[in-house]
Amino acid sequence: MTMHTLSVLVENKPGVLARVSGLFSRRGFNIDSLAVGETENPDVSRITIVVNAESSPLEQVTKQLNKLVNVLKIVELDPQVSVARELLLVKVRADRNARGQVLETVNLFRARVVDVAPDTLTIEATGTPDKLDALLRDLEPFGIKEMVQSGTVAIGRGSRSITAGPALRAA
Amino acid sequence: MTRPTPETLAHSVRRARPATEPAAAADPATTPRNGSAPAVRQPASAQVSGAGSLVRSLEALGVDVVFGIPGGAILPAYDPLYDSTVRHILVRHEQGAGHAATGYAQATGKVGVCMATSGPGATNLVTPIADAYMDSVPMVAITGQVARPAIGTDAFQEADIQGITLPITKHNFLVQTADEIPQVLAEAFHLAATGRPGPVLVDIPKDVLQAPTTFAWPPTLDLPGYRPTLHPHGKQIREAARLMTTARRPVLYVGGGVLKAGATEGLRRLAELTGIPVATTLMALGAFPDSHRQHLGMPGMHGTVAAVYGLQKADLIVALGARFDDRVTGRLDSFAPDAAVVHADIDPAEIGKNRHADVPIVGDARHVIDELIAAVTTEQAARPAADLGDWWNQLDDLRQRYPLGYEEPADGTLSPQYVIKRLGEIAGPDTVYVAGVGQHQMWASQFISYEKPYTWLNSGGLGTMGYAVPAAMGAKVGKPDTTVWAVDGDGCFQMTNQELATCALEGIPIKVAVINNGNLGMVRQWQTLFYGERYSNTELGTHKHRIPDFVKLAEALGCVGLRCETAADVDKTIEAAMAINDAPVVIDFVVGKDAMVWPMVAAGTSNDEIMFARGVRPAFDEDEL
Repeated sequence: MTMHTLSVLVENKPGVLARVSGLFSRRGFNIDSLAVGETENPDVSRITIVVNAESSPLEQVTKQLNKLVNVLKIVELDPQVSVARELLLVKVRADRNARGQVLETVNLFRARVVDVAPDTLTIEATGTPDKLDALLRDLEPFGIKEMVQSGTVAIGRGSRSITAGPALRAA
Repeated sequence: MTRPTPETLAHSVRRARPATEPAAAADPATTPRNGSAPAVRQPASAQVSGAGSLVRSLEALGVDVVFGIPGGAILPAYDPLYDSTVRHILVRHEQGAGHAATGYAQATGKVGVCMATSGPGATNLVTPIADAYMDSVPMVAITGQVARPAIGTDAFQEADIQGITLPITKHNFLVQTADEIPQVLAEAFHLAATGRPGPVLVDIPKDVLQAPTTFAWPPTLDLPGYRPTLHPHGKQIREAARLMTTARRPVLYVGGGVLKAGATEGLRRLAELTGIPVATTLMALGAFPDSHRQHLGMPGMHGTVAAVYGLQKADLIVALGARFDDRVTGRLDSFAPDAAVVHADIDPAEIGKNRHADVPIVGDARHVIDELIAAVTTEQAARPAADLGDWWNQLDDLRQRYPLGYEEPADGTLSPQYVIKRLGEIAGPDTVYVAGVGQHQMWASQFISYEKPYTWLNSGGLGTMGYAVPAAMGAKVGKPDTTVWAVDGDGCFQMTNQELATCALEGIPIKVAVINNGNLGMVRQWQTLFYGERYSNTELGTHKHRIPDFVKLAEALGCVGLRCETAADVDKTIEAAMAINDAPVVIDFVVGKDAMVWPMVAAGTSNDEIMFARGVRPAFDEDEL
């Protein structure tokens, strides 16, 4: 099975996320990651879904998604020509002795410290899932006290853009 | 026995609208099957409550009947309904309202409407909504909801019916303000009736129904994500036409979509133009005349040998508005191994879902068939079509050797197949037949000849026992001048027969043939075949103890009750029922319990394993094909 990243443009209305996520579970798909937010058009939200599936069942679930009345457009993003990022916040044990080493790791990964306490540092990092995994591996020896990760958001490279414009105007 | 006449019952249902109010619903709008949105009327605007706006919207949409039951949260809607031109039929259980709306829609092609209150009223609609979803029936369900401030507080009679029905509706709405009611209703009807039809639920909080608002009509639809594809792609049509004129063993596999699209005349022209054999699914019976020479019958688990083998050995399957359901394909990986597939459906998600489509065609069946006729005609003009003589010889041989039939019970009991066969012959092809689910449903599909579209209603996808009586009620309301026979089992009948009281009181004279074998017959058949004749919990006691006595039950519900126990009495009992037109009639046909439905492809096995009768596999020379 392969990871697929779907960008789903939906009407920004209550309950739409439940319709989309419910459809995945109902048709037997596990969502690997999911992120939702407003787009350049406040009437439209964009859901980025990463799903691990064969291409034929994925086609079926995409067609079913397309049938949801609130779904405006679905685009599968090719990893070769798109940028995908996750956000990670991680609280690492960093007492006086370890702090220097932790900061070095933070710099290596171009991450940032967003909060400092006497015995911990809270680090913010963005990147591909691979980069964030590598950062976590390097931080692990110091002791990870807490972490939280966002779903993947992704956008196509180049000047072409995905919009729901014509669809919305068609109404 | 006293029985109210329809005239005395016309109290609330035909109450004239006060002269001061504008008559919004002069002529009932006809919604074309699968066609455009329901007709909209002249602009109107008035100060009303949300409930008033709801009822005015229903009138403006051309709704002539609503099946429902009032209750706390929906109560505001029932006040303006009291004065409306919309007829409200007070059912006895919300499930009855839902199936009645389905039966109405299936018989007329118009959107069926049901109404219920919040909580249990709404949850009682869940089964008919799921049923309509599986069979793509245009239906709008309107439910009351607790007032907005109470939503989410586990208030009295609160249920999240929008959440509950997410997976079983085409779409659903929770109305937020009274001002949006006309638009939501118009959108709901548009969604239900167009594209692949289906049920749409509109949940309206009580305070929204009570709030003052302005009713303005027509509203603007705002459905940017809803764009059903009606017209097929020309290239795919040409490719399909090429295959249809070159295949040597083609079959037209016709599903309910052809009925939904109103494409039955086109289907007949296409079939006769190409000479291709036709198999109609359970949902499509009546789409192609049973008596037509090219009709192989129904495919699937209890289909004819000719239809099952025809599909199985085909080199081309042209699926029109059908969905390769497991009851048709049997074990999917051994279904029609040599067939190329042309799959036309209005729902792109159906294409390739179960079986790969070599030529996918997205479009409304009527357009697809019309364009196929034109493309096939062009193909035929260019080169001679393949000769189907050998194929027909093989199929004719199968039809002749393995016709649908049954054996008279050895124990001298009345044969259920005989009863159903005679019913079809006496009531004729203009009658609407409505079946429950089980053996009687399969026999009704096999032994009644369906010559005209929309004369066969049943619960195909969900297999809802209890469908027949309320759906027949809805069909009769939609087609009051047509004879409507429910063919029901004794198990099914006990699930929803309370609606006979509705029929008796509202002047809806349906006829019910209860094929009473004293058992849950289809389950019993499986116990006979697959569970070593261990009849666990299938004996209903309707024979042994005559509980209930269906004749007395019918009479108690305001119907005429008749009983028939011998073959000699079958005709005259049916004729007696046919002669009664002012009251519902129930015939208790006491039939043998050992009759089985044949042919049969056992669940999970290949269609190659079809059994013609118990222990009898069709002698079929594999080398012939």
